[in-house]
Amino acid sequence: MFSYPTVRASFLFLAIAVAGLLVADITITTANPWRDLGQFFLGVVTPNFFSTEGLLTALLRTVAFGFVGVTLGSFFGFLLALLYRFMPVRIFCAFIRAIHELFWALIFLQFFGFHPLTGVLAIAIPYAGIFAKVYSEILDESDPEPAQLLPKGTHAIAAFLYARIPDCWVQLRTYTAYRLECGLRSSAILGFVGLPTLGFYLESSFSQGMYSDAGAMLILFYVLIATMPLWVRPKVLPVYILAAPFFLGEGFPIVWGNVERFFTEDIVPAPLRNGEGLAAFSSWLGDVMVSEALPGIWNTVVLTQIALVATGILSLLAFPLISKHFGGPVRRTSGHVFLVIARSTPEYILAYILLQLWGPSMLPAVVALALHNGGIIGHLIGRQTNTIHLRPDAPQGFARYSWELVPRVYRSFLAFLFYRWEIIMRETAILGILGIYTLGFYVDSAIQNIQFDRAMILILITALLNIGVDILGRYIRRKLALQTMPTC
Amino acid sequence: MITKQIRKWLVSGFLILLASSTVSAQTFVFTAIPDEDETKLVERFRGIADYLSEQLEVDVRYIPVKSYAAAISAFRNNQVQLAWFGGLSGVQARALVPGSEALAQGVEDQAFYNYFIAHKSTGLERGDELPEGVRGKTFTFGSKGSTSGRLIPEYHIRQRFGEAPESVFSRVGYSGNHTRTLRLVESGTYEVGALNYKVWEKELEDGNINTDDVRIIWKTPGFPNYQWTIRGDVDARFGEGFTDRVRQALLDLDDPALLESFPREGFIPASNDDYEPIRSVAKDIGIID
Repeated sequence: MFSYPTVRASFLFLAIAVAGLLVADITITTANPWRDLGQFFLGVVTPNFFSTEGLLTALLRTVAFGFVGVTLGSFFGFLLALLYRFMPVRIFCAFIRAIHELFWALIFLQFFGFHPLTGVLAIAIPYAGIFAKVYSEILDESDPEPAQLLPKGTHAIAAFLYARIPDCWVQLRTYTAYRLECGLRSSAILGFVGLPTLGFYLESSFSQGMYSDAGAMLILFYVLIATMPLWVRPKVLPVYILAAPFFLGEGFPIVWGNVERFFTEDIVPAPLRNGEGLAAFSSWLGDVMVSEALPGIWNTVVLTQIALVATGILSLLAFPLISKHFGGPVRRTSGHVFLVIARSTPEYILAYILLQLWGPSMLPAVVALALHNGGIIGHLIGRQTNTIHLRPDAPQGFARYSWELVPRVYRSFLAFLFYRWEIIMRETAILGILGIYTLGFYVDSAIQNIQFDRAMILILITALLNIGVDILGRYIRRKLALQTMPTC
Repeated sequence: MITKQIRKWLVSGFLILLASSTVSAQTFVFTAIPDEDETKLVERFRGIADYLSEQLEVDVRYIPVKSYAAAISAFRNNQVQLAWFGGLSGVQARALVPGSEALAQGVEDQAFYNYFIAHKSTGLERGDELPEGVRGKTFTFGSKGSTSGRLIPEYHIRQRFGEAPESVFSRVGYSGNHTRTLRLVESGTYEVGALNYKVWEKELEDGNINTDDVRIIWKTPGFPNYQWTIRGDVDARFGEGFTDRVRQALLDLDDPALLESFPREGFIPASNDDYEPIRSVAKDIGIID
């Protein structure tokens, strides 16, 4: 069995995660975690839809920020995709997508403040980087033949529009629609840092233990996501896109002096700003590295590796829930509902909920990341098993699972998992804002202390770490000859 | 059916947008550090906004924020002109906005103090100094940028043990605000915590503390705390003497219900120099450069 490279890779990652568990901080610190969890579920089944007068406005803003952000992101992402063969463009895109939406929001908050532009750019910028990459992959895979058949002298733009785009139009559209769903999730969590979307009220209700109010917000959010195919129709899409900017709210006017000050003063390392010279700067940098960056990197990596393997295990356990090879329609429907809820809930919100219930340690983060990502991969793999036709005399039950299905889907399972490695790390870093000692914790602390120079250095380090994992993930996928489709 | 419902939502959302007052150049906006449960803050400061609006004859609006830093940034970026800051956040904000000044403080803010509290399972008793027994326990601060939730407790922990909190306690957390510190220690999530005495006393009075589960183990010496701070450029924008009128309005505030919501007996004049002790402690600990 160990002669298979995929198996060896799997066990290597499993061993790393187990070693990580030994050094990680995994405990439940609350005295009554199960009582709190019970109260939370009681809140979800007794939702109170009339708690906040601002709830509908918040929902509307969530949709508006999502639409405007994703529209801008896909427009600029498409332009960048056309230039994606140039190395500087690839590096630029890798960099902007390596910084999480919430970090972008925290940066823009410092100089745009509570202006709608903060939320719009926080979504549009990283999304443009992701769109550029995926659009270019889709365009590259389009059939070159139609273009070759065009008469000589056809204009490049005409050739592009008539010979390339039609071939991959469906994929472009499907992927963009899928990202719109991700955009709504991103938009919702921006509320946690103060933008007027759903997360704003969700945080307030949760931190005050008003679980019925929080339950109502979560239910509205699920309904919003689940009904997207009904209300996001190609015909009305232009109406939404044109209307969305008018529903972002007023915010406060931008003071351009603040923007200038941020870039010319705030983020310049303190020793350089005060003219203390390079020696002072290097000792300042050393201090940031030793006391903040290194512990942050260590915790981020440990947590990422544990969460990655937990995601893998959960995906393998979860895919039978929606596979037609197991159970009847009732089981599959409930399995579907479970997986939809797991993947529709942003990791950040799941981690926030679990942290409130279990107290601070890496455990809530691992469970949140595994549930969300395992929900996504389990869903994709489960759907894939539905296209497999087994012999009529194929074994049943566990033998069918372990000898017939898992070996058939294992390669694509690994491909999805390694694709999501970088995404899991990006989320792990951001979960630090909630109080787990990953890089986000130190970024948040620096911002709380109004030390934006430190915050920027730490955000840069986070971005570089993500880019590194992205490269490593791609290398491993290539080594193991795994093919992927993009997921978010 | 669903599309109809959504259309209704969109229409109602649109009406809400139209109805909600837009921020004009002449709206005087203020914020406050999010040191307690948001519902309480919104109720309290909407009352203050109505009161100031009546007294100053301009539109006054309160905006809630999610962190101490967000309050400071909004003040620094001139998106709010007045703020109810803690001792530390006020010092940080005034250092960033030249010309800004502390206007008024609560009567109690001249000598504010903190309680260190512990869960019953620790068996710790109240003492004249921070009990040695807290060593090795789990501990929660309030918000990272809080005076009474972070700065003063950390100062006293360092004074008492000569070590950083991370090496004194087995786990150090930041609950977010004082109310949450109280809830987390009461439920045993953290064994020890430190919070603002006002929050403790108000919650006790309202019957929201189970004193069998959580008790006070030490009261800190006094320090200057909360104050109203205003930007230096408001006179240019809202008319000569506006700063003085705001100060007078705050000093004149005598609505018992509003004062009770803080809770403060009343407001008295304050100056930037009153907060020098806070600045030097923050510098010692390394929270400010």
